[in-house]
Amino acid sequence: MNEMTPPKTERTAALKGLGTARKRVEDARFTQGKGNYVDDIKLPGMLFGDFVRSPYAHARIKSIDAEKAKALPGVIAVLTAADLAPLKLHWMPTLAGDVQMVLADGKVLFQGQEVAFVVAENRYIAADAVELVEVDYEELPVLVDPFKAEAPDAPVLREDLAGKSEGAHGPRRHHNHIFTWEQGDRDATEKVLASADVVAEEMVYYHRTHPCPLETCGCVASMDKVNGKLTVWGTFQAPHAVRTVASLISGIAEHNIRIISPDIGGGFGNKVGVYPGYICSIVASIVTGVPVKWVEDRMENLMATAFARDYWMKGRISATKDGRITGLWCHVTADHGAFDACADPTKFPAGFFNICTGSYDIPVAYLAVDGVYTNKAPGGVAYRCSFRVTEAAYFIERMIEVLAIKLGMDAAELRAKNFIRKDQFPYHSALGWEYDSGDYHTAWDKALKAVDYEGLRKEQAQRLEDFKAGKTRRLIGIGLTHFTEIVGAGPVKNCDILGLGMFDSCEIRIHPTGSAIARLGTISQGQGHATTFAQILASEIGIPADDITVEEGDTDTAPYGLGTYGSRSTPVAGAATAMAGRKIRAKAQMIAAYLLEVHDDDVEWDVDRFAVKGAPERFKTMKEIAFAAYNQAIPGIEPGLEAVSYYDPPNMTYPFGAYICVMEIDVDTGEHEVRQFYALDDCGTRINPMIIEGQVHGGATEGYAIAMGQEMAYDDMGNVKNATLMDFFLPTAWETPHYTTDFTVTPSPHHPIGAKGVGESPNVGSVPAFSNAVHDAFRSFGLTQTHMPHDHWRIWRTAHELGLHG
Amino acid sequence: MIPAPFDYHRPDTVEAAVKLIADLGDSARVIAGGHSLIPLMKMRMTDIAHLVDLQKIGALKGIAIDGGTVTIGAMTTQHELIGSAALGSAAPIIREAALQIADPQVRYVGTIGGNVANGDPGNDMPGVMQCLDATYHLRGPDGERTVKARDFYEAAYFTARADDEILTAVSFEVPVGGQAYVKQKRKTGDYATAAAAVIIAKSGGNCSAASIAMTNLSDTPVWCEAAGDALVGSSLGAADIDNAVDAMQAVINPQDDNKGPAAFKRHAAAVILRRAIERATSRA
Repeated sequence: MNEMTPPKTERTAALKGLGTARKRVEDARFTQGKGNYVDDIKLPGMLFGDFVRSPYAHARIKSIDAEKAKALPGVIAVLTAADLAPLKLHWMPTLAGDVQMVLADGKVLFQGQEVAFVVAENRYIAADAVELVEVDYEELPVLVDPFKAEAPDAPVLREDLAGKSEGAHGPRRHHNHIFTWEQGDRDATEKVLASADVVAEEMVYYHRTHPCPLETCGCVASMDKVNGKLTVWGTFQAPHAVRTVASLISGIAEHNIRIISPDIGGGFGNKVGVYPGYICSIVASIVTGVPVKWVEDRMENLMATAFARDYWMKGRISATKDGRITGLWCHVTADHGAFDACADPTKFPAGFFNICTGSYDIPVAYLAVDGVYTNKAPGGVAYRCSFRVTEAAYFIERMIEVLAIKLGMDAAELRAKNFIRKDQFPYHSALGWEYDSGDYHTAWDKALKAVDYEGLRKEQAQRLEDFKAGKTRRLIGIGLTHFTEIVGAGPVKNCDILGLGMFDSCEIRIHPTGSAIARLGTISQGQGHATTFAQILASEIGIPADDITVEEGDTDTAPYGLGTYGSRSTPVAGAATAMAGRKIRAKAQMIAAYLLEVHDDDVEWDVDRFAVKGAPERFKTMKEIAFAAYNQAIPGIEPGLEAVSYYDPPNMTYPFGAYICVMEIDVDTGEHEVRQFYALDDCGTRINPMIIEGQVHGGATEGYAIAMGQEMAYDDMGNVKNATLMDFFLPTAWETPHYTTDFTVTPSPHHPIGAKGVGESPNVGSVPAFSNAVHDAFRSFGLTQTHMPHDHWRIWRTAHELGLHG
Repeated sequence: MIPAPFDYHRPDTVEAAVKLIADLGDSARVIAGGHSLIPLMKMRMTDIAHLVDLQKIGALKGIAIDGGTVTIGAMTTQHELIGSAALGSAAPIIREAALQIADPQVRYVGTIGGNVANGDPGNDMPGVMQCLDATYHLRGPDGERTVKARDFYEAAYFTARADDEILTAVSFEVPVGGQAYVKQKRKTGDYATAAAAVIIAKSGGNCSAASIAMTNLSDTPVWCEAAGDALVGSSLGAADIDNAVDAMQAVINPQDDNKGPAAFKRHAAAVILRRAIERATSRA
């Protein structure tokens, strides 16, 4: 006899499923300093690797003398390209179809490049030995300006590509040219621009910066010569992809490789790629037969490991006199550094930059991206954004502002006038995407109302008057942004990385007592997967989230997946989780019907149980069903309660948002104060509002850093000017603005639970909001465009050039 | 980020420390809080065979206010400076400056002695000490001698302190007048883009005494005697402040760096000095 059934609402709440602000289960260990990161791993006999790095941006290596280093007690080996060459591991493939030196092969191409790998008994000896390796360099002419890359007499950077006129993405027209990627209709766009009422033209630069996760990259490689198995613990955002790549390039059978991503201290795209440190550690472990650890330091991470952005985006946007946008033209000069190590799906050498028509119904558009080599570190990773989406959002949101200036129109009104309307979804953009869903006008109106946009403009006008009257030296800028993201890569038909389709996976095992474990192909780097994926499942299978363990990151146990980046975990693995949950529920339904002695179709799902239709007092809870699955012989049904789902998404998801920043600017010192930051996100169905808010705070803070000070700067010699946190801007609590978060909910029509992903929206949306605020403060003095980062001296320079210093 | 090997010494008296330095010679360096020295060692920009740590020497710690004289032991941390109510009332400019140094974690360990003795033009306390006309107490094999803060700094990392001397204390007369330390920086933990230490005394509505020093605008802190003189006897009007700013501009020598070009720094220096004068005046 069943006990009295608690009401639906009570049972639903007990699950802590979708929509619950469930506390992060990860935080108990993180806040107590009990996380387990790569550098916490200590194995018996473990050796340490450290790199000799190039002090030059471009130089020929005449000789490497490691004798003194090898003579230092405690030094086991010093590897150079000559040692890796017989294994064909002195070069490695990049994710972008290029190749990259593992250790300098004859020359170095950027400052900080890996030249030799010292292996020693501990990291102190390794560091001392690095100093003793003598490398004789012959300096070569340095190329730092991407616009000079294709000059006829530009230095030849990639001698290995001599004579190769065809690259991974089509023809190469110059020795420093990587690819040209064209999208849209060039002729039609140029025709529209030629006859348009108004055309605004501008160069928009999204400067080179760096994801700079708090934990740098590193690994521990352990080759067990007894059983022939290689285990690598590492800071990997895509452990399965690393396993496959490691197998392909090392020749070790894939079943003999186990990749484990332990706790990861932030990734932000920096930990997607494969780095020389991984290869060298693996080789060193194979050679020595003991585990080898390599962990880069902060300077190494900033100088050599995967920068982000560095897109020079030349735009032309046309409109009618009354502000209806008629066309968009864009040419990007993309500075990829010395090797094309962009982390993009194979067919997208500029990522999803063709989302650059943004939130607007632009009838015709054309885009061309030219990638070039320079003497800078390789990378071009998606720093908390889907592939090149931040660049695209920044581009279009600046072009809208520039057009508004040209039209003499309010930029909020111009946006509203050109938004894709709700009834136009699914919307086919001029550059080839199918936007799944959106309701931009509703979000925009809500945002403008929330900040009292009219009132802000009045206050700004009054301040301007006061400024001109000499009563104040502070201006107000109002930064508007309406961004549309494209995340959740992606459909296998057009998205792969190194030939691996970008599906993802979830495997669920229900234990006899009604608790569960779910394993996924993704890996959390702070996103809180163990919390949120359990919530998805709780709602799908009626087992409390607290009773579900979520495990990721071990390729020996987790199902194959492409990892976590590009806001793909919720759209892809989250969908797989829901689908696997539905398989569990389908089997549970059959078990319940058997136990209740009715036909399968005569039971119905009720939060955490199946009940007989029309007789709700007759039911079996999931707990009872789970137990039955393991202790009853049910005719026609296998024992156990497990499911696995591999989810190939039918489309990307398109989260969007409206961000507004109000900034005060001191024209004399260039200092600023973010007075207000309002962030409305629409990420479809909301799984955990608290985690969403945390993601928005974190992403907006990164966006703030990027817009207001963070950069990777080089001098003319190719020296990195800011490779420490003294100069590279990471905001502390002191600098971080206060954020007001808000939301609308427009579910994705093709995602099983309607979720779209949110981790990256705040970085994508906030950068233009902050930057537009700076521009807006100076709009009435004639400023149309100035480049980020808007640090003190650059803002001062803007004010100075506009004659505001008398 | 791992330093070269070094030996570590931890004497418990000033005498023992002085002797160690004398015995070890050029290869030894005194370490106080270590926030300047340790990063240089970790980046292998300096190679030191012997570190002589002063933190066990109790005699180097503490704040004494005796009559009109303030004496601060070299190993007194920025955190302790901030926490001293007596110092806060005798010379509030020290607290105001200390609160703008780095962050609380650094201030728990960073010391006034290390800050003034290192000769880093980015450090904040040297300018404050010049503004206060402080005296530095140095102990070497031949005993103690004193050097005025205004005479101490020769160039970046070069000071009047001999290699075998330890800076044991700073002292100064309790200042008269309003004080202010105004600093522009890019972020927490940063050195100044421009900073100004100002003390202004007033008598009968006019400025009776003024002292001005600037931080990180040359390869040493810059005490701007003429800038202070420009204010003395004046009513601190706009033209007087202009004169002080002009006098300050004549003696600073900022360089281009990641904080911005020299022209920007000069502009910022002027703005920051004006603000510091206004603030000090309002407190006078």
